[in-house]
Amino acid sequence: MKQAAFERLHQADWHEFATRLDALERGKPSPSQASSFPAAYRQLCQQLALAESRGYSSQLVDQLRQLTLRGHQQFYRHRSPLPGRVLGFIVGGFAREVRDQWRYVLTASLLFYGSLIGMAALVYAFPELVYSVLPPDQVAQMEQMYDPDASRLGRFAERGAGDDWLMFGYYVMNNIGIAFQTFASGLLFGLGTLFFLLFNGLTIGAVAGHLSSIGYHQPFWSFVIGHGAFELTAITLAGAAGLQLGVALLAPGRQTRAEALRQAAKRGIQLVGGATLFLLIAAFVEAYWSSMTLATPAIKYIVGTLLWLIVAAYFCLAGRGQHAAE
Amino acid sequence: MPSTLDRQALLDTYLRVETPEGIDLLLRPAGLVPRALAFAIDLAIRAAILLALFITLGLLGKFGMGLATLLLFLVQWWYMVLFEVLNQGRTPGKSWLGLRVVHDDGTPVGWSSSLTRNLLRFVDMLPFGYFLGALSCLGHPAFKRLGDLAAGTLVVYQEKSMARPPLPEAEPAPTPLALTLDEQRALIGFAERHGSLSAERRLELASILAAPLGTTEEHAETKIHGIARSLVGAP
Repeated sequence: MKQAAFERLHQADWHEFATRLDALERGKPSPSQASSFPAAYRQLCQQLALAESRGYSSQLVDQLRQLTLRGHQQFYRHRSPLPGRVLGFIVGGFAREVRDQWRYVLTASLLFYGSLIGMAALVYAFPELVYSVLPPDQVAQMEQMYDPDASRLGRFAERGAGDDWLMFGYYVMNNIGIAFQTFASGLLFGLGTLFFLLFNGLTIGAVAGHLSSIGYHQPFWSFVIGHGAFELTAITLAGAAGLQLGVALLAPGRQTRAEALRQAAKRGIQLVGGATLFLLIAAFVEAYWSSMTLATPAIKYIVGTLLWLIVAAYFCLAGRGQHAAE
Repeated sequence: MPSTLDRQALLDTYLRVETPEGIDLLLRPAGLVPRALAFAIDLAIRAAILLALFITLGLLGKFGMGLATLLLFLVQWWYMVLFEVLNQGRTPGKSWLGLRVVHDDGTPVGWSSSLTRNLLRFVDMLPFGYFLGALSCLGHPAFKRLGDLAAGTLVVYQEKSMARPPLPEAEPAPTPLALTLDEQRALIGFAERHGSLSAERRLELASILAAPLGTTEEHAETKIHGIARSLVGAP
């Protein structure tokens, strides 16, 4: 068939396909446009293949290629509704991912909690060590924040409802930013992640050891136990995701480095997404619950322990049901 | 049979992606400069949004500042992701420069890969001013920065709609000798491009074929146009 005849035969189809694409790209296709789209797309693919093999002019081939490329974009677009996927992820997918990647989670936890507990014990035993990790003015600020005589605890002592909001925003930005950086810097052969895990572990450990040794343990521990369940876990999860990137670059195994990196990022980003959710919860708890002085420390310890148990139970049990494979 | 012309390695930076439908898509990756410009535009837009936010919400006191901090977080980390996923792979800056983000296989970018490539921006920016990202971009055949490598994404030029030039007027002429598909396509291509070539260049190109087509150098161009018309089957 000559090119001109071919064009005359299909020109109307191509026009219709283009308008259909416009509707799909704007996200408002009519039901008939949407339902017959796959058939029309495949037909176009066939026409492109014909045009190429029959040696039609490159202008025509290019035009068809462009239509196909746009069609490809629409055809392979992910259309499952986001709320459903997020819900499925929260209900079980996240816990499953964490269990699947337990090696990395365990390594990150050991690094983080190891440095935290080690540093806390050291500072508790040798109080002057705190100044090797933190500058003196920051130590003074910490002491002021957790002064047992203050009516409200946390970063700014005296505060009202507006401050809770301000602190919520601050915690979200600061902590999630740190989690993102912990993950991303794993791309530097894992060194960045290692740095953030150890740095955060040592700093938090030094603060904890110092405040315990000067007798501020009650306000400090009752303050951090509640949101710590979510915040500390989230840091280790972001660290686990970052370590995977580093391992993929250092020991890609049988794949190329690029392929290993892609797969590690694909797995890791799930942990980062979950860690983000955890940090949102942590920010909420920290801004509205941990800073309250109405509840006695005893209640805070109970609630805090309960939150830790809930987190542990979530990772152990969620997503193990019969629909877990979905 | 696909023509041999298409199967050869391409001289330009086109990437060939074979789809499940058995056809080849051509993607044209964008280089460092347009990407940097797109990023600069996005940066300016974000700066303007943040300025407006802090001025208006600053009036609301501490509640407003809390809200502003939350929005700052959203704009800082999610601006790119939201636009890329919800707007066909285009942030305003990319859209301005005619770029879009796609997966390596030409499919539209999704939540997790968009989040990955944008979170890893943090490393691309190290140690200052996108140094690592620029290095990686200049070194990679498809101009990928580190975030693109990990997420398996590409920044490509968006396809522009193009007008088809009409074939030049000429008396349709039969081909004097048997032509392969590539030769036929070359003749048609010459006729289609006549508008973008200078008269001297057209004469120069056409005169190469004067002897094989059995005509003089002056008439070779009209002869080729005629053959092209008859090959296409234009009236």
